[in-house]
Amino acid sequence: MTVQDKIIAILADQALLDVSDVGLDDTLDSLGIDSMGLVETIFAIEEAFDITVPFNANAPAESGFDVTSVRAIVAAVESLVKERV
Amino acid sequence: MRRVVITGAGTINPLGHDVPSTLAAMQAGRCAIGPLDMPDVDRLMITIGAQVRDYDEAAHFSRQDLTLFDRFTQFALLSARQALAQAGLSFEGEAADRAGVILGTSGGGLTTQDDNYRAVYAEGKNRVHPFIVPRLMNNAAVSQVSIAHNLRGPAFTVSTACASSNHAMGQALAMIRAGLADVMLTGGTEAMLCFGGIKAWEGLRVMSRDGCRPFCATRNGMVQGEGGAVFVFEDRDHAIARGAEILCEVAGFAMSSDAADIVTPSAEGAARAMRGALADGGIGAEDVGYINAHGTGTTANDRTETAAIHDVFGDHAGSLAVSSTKAMHGHLIGGTGAVELLACIMALRDGVLAPTIGLTSADPECDLDYVPNTARQSPVDVALSNAFAFGGLNAVIALRRA
Repeated sequence: MTVQDKIIAILADQALLDVSDVGLDDTLDSLGIDSMGLVETIFAIEEAFDITVPFNANAPAESGFDVTSVRAIVAAVESLVKERV
Repeated sequence: MRRVVITGAGTINPLGHDVPSTLAAMQAGRCAIGPLDMPDVDRLMITIGAQVRDYDEAAHFSRQDLTLFDRFTQFALLSARQALAQAGLSFEGEAADRAGVILGTSGGGLTTQDDNYRAVYAEGKNRVHPFIVPRLMNNAAVSQVSIAHNLRGPAFTVSTACASSNHAMGQALAMIRAGLADVMLTGGTEAMLCFGGIKAWEGLRVMSRDGCRPFCATRNGMVQGEGGAVFVFEDRDHAIARGAEILCEVAGFAMSSDAADIVTPSAEGAARAMRGALADGGIGAEDVGYINAHGTGTTANDRTETAAIHDVFGDHAGSLAVSSTKAMHGHLIGGTGAVELLACIMALRDGVLAPTIGLTSADPECDLDYVPNTARQSPVDVALSNAFAFGGLNAVIALRRA
């Protein structure tokens, strides 16, 4: 499973959607994931990839972890996974 | 209905180990938030907090006592001792039956739980000390205070997260008003600043890594503190009859539930609690000169609380002072309302408004007079203390100058 597949699976699980309904251009909004859902998603990502995501719900834009779209999340996680290795 | 006054106050918190040192620190705008000094801090993402420092429990309690006193109980006992010394009260016979204690705490003996879970899970021990249960239970502090001072009337613990202290003090007020007691010790205590307590808060992603800056555009979350405060609430006639010094009147109280979201605050629920406290005390909105805000330094709270104050006070919102002392002592969770009530008493008695420190850049959504950075001299007749808890539970106390 690629990073992208894993992330789409996590987001689909959180959004109660089928993985086929989650696309790279989707946003948290379009998936119906609220702020609590996002915090849970990030936790699931940390557990799945054994990484630490520097995310602060008070200042999402300043966290250095782009969550503006599924594509952005995949890119951010790929970079964190690379840093870990 | 009987009127209720405060005749004693005690505290131990990150700013000071008693009331005078705490008020001096608030007046000076001192920040007690700093790097956490505790084991395994390298495993934490959040490494700052407002700890009670230079505190040696063995200097206050015997070794036998300490087997039963979690840190949150110690804070309550030290605060209660100071408050009763100031009030000049002791309890025997019928007076003891007419006196009680209600304290707020969110986590109770969390340090004891943390230490002992570590022992059995991480260290593989198969045995714990025999007194873990009476040490960790949420009512341990209330019970130990009642034992220490022979308070034989109503005694229980209130646990409503960050509003615990205010809910507790509201109950104490109601008890005396209703004639169920003449004197109530009340306030709150919290010692959640332990490894597990911080880990849990870290998970929610609402903690700041660099400081608590309520109402500031640069705010990025809350910072945990620890400590407690206890007050002597007394039937006004009872206090006058014995010639006690009255610190202020507890004029009104109200609570409300958002019944909406488990963590996101509601301006409507907060406004209902503030309005309710004014109505309960027969207080006109324009009589309020100071509000000690809940002001956690999170994006959501400070914006919502500001909107609620505008809603309740209308034009008067622009002429009253609002400050959050959490920038100095951190968020004491279940103990926070009690320590923050001290700032209200200082405003009423000394006419000194505690500042909101660390406020450097204006947020358009936070447009009130937050007493930025420096304390201010200004006479106040009525002060409110706000507490808005996770779970959507709001509790507001109104104090009036004696």
